[in-house]
Amino acid sequence: MGWRLPLTYNQMVVGGLTGKEVDRLFHALADTTRRDILHRCIQGEPSVSRLADVYPMSFAAVQKHVAVLERAGLVTKERRGREQLVRTDRDAVGRARRILDELEAAWRGRVDRMADLLAQIPQPEKNKPSMGHD
Amino acid sequence: MTVTSVEKDFDSLSLTLVAAFDAPIERVWQLWADPRQLERWWGPPSHPATVEKHHLAAGGEVTYIMTGPAGEKSGGWWRVTAVDPPRSLEFTDGFANQDGTPNAKTPTTAVQMRLTEQDGGTRMELRFTFESSEHMEQLERWGAFEVFPQSVGQMDALLAADMNTGGTRGNRTARRTL
Repeated sequence: MGWRLPLTYNQMVVGGLTGKEVDRLFHALADTTRRDILHRCIQGEPSVSRLADVYPMSFAAVQKHVAVLERAGLVTKERRGREQLVRTDRDAVGRARRILDELEAAWRGRVDRMADLLAQIPQPEKNKPSMGHD
Repeated sequence: MTVTSVEKDFDSLSLTLVAAFDAPIERVWQLWADPRQLERWWGPPSHPATVEKHHLAAGGEVTYIMTGPAGEKSGGWWRVTAVDPPRSLEFTDGFANQDGTPNAKTPTTAVQMRLTEQDGGTRMELRFTFESSEHMEQLERWGAFEVFPQSVGQMDALLAADMNTGGTRGNRTARRTL
């Protein structure tokens, strides 16, 4: 599957999620219909009404399942015209997070090297050009 | 810590990083304005940068080559969009072809850098903006971030070295000789 489930679970943060968030995630994934909905959302972007056609249950019941998935952060709903499209947002969010984290790490490294240089290159004297080295 | 705050916005796909330096604003500006100083912090120790063109003026260009441990070279460029020495610099950062010309097929990142005087030192604010998630995906595919883990390693080495001014502890071997 496209996402990774936390393998261990305690009161502390697991895989970046709080205990409450993990609870919601497990609850959301504990139901066969919801897992099936999620699977369909990974393949495409079904509308709530199209999902309701697939399962032998009411529109309202399907909507409730989608809401549980939504609270767990597994899907997002987007209104398009009269349709409500459901899609998995998790990979996108995860990817954005990872990439911004890496960008942050890179620039933390650069900023530290800058501080290092400021400490090592002597202050240029007022009557000298500002090239500190070479 | 030099870095005082980091804010990430996953909706607008932007990152804002604030750092504080114990140096006058002119000195911090020189880190950007002097190509010889720029190349000493731009690349991680495993991928030192050589700055070739360096023209900090609106419409001006900066080009650099980073050389990896196996001698592999990757080029990059900035297109300067605004500059106000010693207070601010805005540029677009992108990849270069083998001949050093901007690669039009690869994505770019907008960088805004601002310096202000603060508590007898200098505050530096950096803001990075990606265009879209497809854009970020593309960046990832082009290997833009492959060299970054080494920067983290160097950061650790620097922190370790800082905590022990005697320099007997901490991995200093990773650093370039100044």
